[in-house]
Amino acid sequence: MIVASTLTTNLSILVLAGFIGFVVISKVPNTLHTPLMSGTNAIHGIVLLGGLLIIGLAGNGAFNKVILVIAITFGTINIVGGFLVTDRMLEMFKSKPDRGRNEREAAGEEKQEEKVP
Amino acid sequence: MTGPPLASSFLQSQSFRDVLYIIAFSLFIQGLRGLAGPTTAVRGNRIAAVGMAIAVIATLLNPLEGNWGLIVLGIALGTAVGVPAARQVKMTAMPQMVALFNGVGGGAVFLISWAEFRLTGGFAHSPTYVTVFSLFAAIVGSVSFWGSNIAFGKLQEIIPGRPISFGSAQQIVNLVLLILALAAGVDIAAGDHSEAIFIGMLVCAALLGNAVVLPIGGADMPVVISMLNAFTGLSAAATGIALDNPALIVAGMIVGASGSILTNLMAVAMNRSIPAIIAGGFGGGGAIEGASGAGEHAGTVRSTTAADAAIQLAYSSRVVIVPGYGMAVAQAQHAVRELTKELEKRGVEVSYAIHPVAGRMPGHMNVLLAEADVPYDQLKEMEDANPEFARTDVSLVIGANDVTNPAAKNTPSSPIYGMPILEVSDSNSVIVIKRSMNPGFAGIENELYYDPKTEMLFGDAKSAVSDITAELAQI
Repeated sequence: MIVASTLTTNLSILVLAGFIGFVVISKVPNTLHTPLMSGTNAIHGIVLLGGLLIIGLAGNGAFNKVILVIAITFGTINIVGGFLVTDRMLEMFKSKPDRGRNEREAAGEEKQEEKVP
Repeated sequence: MTGPPLASSFLQSQSFRDVLYIIAFSLFIQGLRGLAGPTTAVRGNRIAAVGMAIAVIATLLNPLEGNWGLIVLGIALGTAVGVPAARQVKMTAMPQMVALFNGVGGGAVFLISWAEFRLTGGFAHSPTYVTVFSLFAAIVGSVSFWGSNIAFGKLQEIIPGRPISFGSAQQIVNLVLLILALAAGVDIAAGDHSEAIFIGMLVCAALLGNAVVLPIGGADMPVVISMLNAFTGLSAAATGIALDNPALIVAGMIVGASGSILTNLMAVAMNRSIPAIIAGGFGGGGAIEGASGAGEHAGTVRSTTAADAAIQLAYSSRVVIVPGYGMAVAQAQHAVRELTKELEKRGVEVSYAIHPVAGRMPGHMNVLLAEADVPYDQLKEMEDANPEFARTDVSLVIGANDVTNPAAKNTPSSPIYGMPILEVSDSNSVIVIKRSMNPGFAGIENELYYDPKTEMLFGDAKSAVSDITAELAQI
């Protein structure tokens, strides 16, 4: 009974997360699809937790420890690399329109100043 | 005296960890909501990263069996590899970087399943559903790991980009591998505890990952990368169910949804069904049909010079730049930005029209142009760009081919018929920068080049664009 209810709860979470995912991701514009992909990439690095949980259990043999250290390494690469690279990309999107606008504003001010005298 | 033990038991209680997990996945969702616009996106990504840190800390609060050294070792190794890779990768190389990160995620999933299998004596006392979800994770994770590595190899040009396949036997080979992997999984789920069977299952899944991606050519890469992204996400969600971890379930499923949406968008933008792309490389059929039709064009191609192109651009009031993979290959994005600045100085209105599948992954062109300081509001998506071509003086096509081919609209017999295109032929005139008259990836002759409105400027995208800018400066 307990097992069945855990499964049901988890499946409910799974299905609801799927719907939320569709709604949220549908709002992301085409322009940001590469950062979206690398960002979600970083998020699935959460499998790292699986590695941490299992390596914490008793009874892991030497070979298991090797596998799990590799898994933890992979998960960490996935998370750290994914978030950093996404941040790098998004910084380019964020700062540039502002800078462009500032440049244009600055250019406009210069022109006005030229007109004054 | 009771203080510290109480605190530690509270920190280690299941409920407390579950609350942290709920906070973590809420932050993931909130973070992804930020990606709806460029101004909120940076913050969104950081919010998601905070969520990840909380999820990891919650897991480390678990009473662990003293393997702290190994955990620190793994995290240190991963950080040592991930940080420099993420900092140094060039924006043009982003597709292979994403493929690689996706691959290691899939690798972690199947390794975790394998360790779990060994630890539990082949799922001897696990509930059936735990076994089933772990096996699903192992198969999909292994497919994703190997598929992503092949995709990385192709994009990095370690492996030839052209389709490599067993020809007509390809689909049978794939099917046999899939059936073998599933059969091994069913056998284990039915109570076989043999590790040899489990390893056999992983090997079949690994071969399947190779066999699916090897035949897929360069232009179908956006679809493949999106699909593998979805696979890794779903396998992470399955691991979450097996380990009863809500953060894993939610995060994995959201990535699965994201990857599925992107896969579908890419397939629609190429007018191809996902099964057709997976079943066999694009190169094959399209190239043959295209080749037979290649000689039929009686029209003439007019070529132009950088000086003439510069004059034409300088005296227009509205220019639309259509970038394609050729621009990425030539690393021409900065040169293109310089040209744009030069034109804007002369009061020419410049915007960029970007096809959803331009480049090697969804949104690749936008990243390259953002890197070159192109303001976000100048980047137009296909639906917004198409109605504007009719009032455009010059469309400047840089290294894009199939996504501008009017045959997709006008020629029902064309292999790309029905594919949404950028309707550059609606503009008053078109300048195409291209290395040669060789057809694009689909192997189809582009009618646009024979249009009397079109002029070709042959050469490398970067040097051609720089030449135009230099000529422009002298006008």
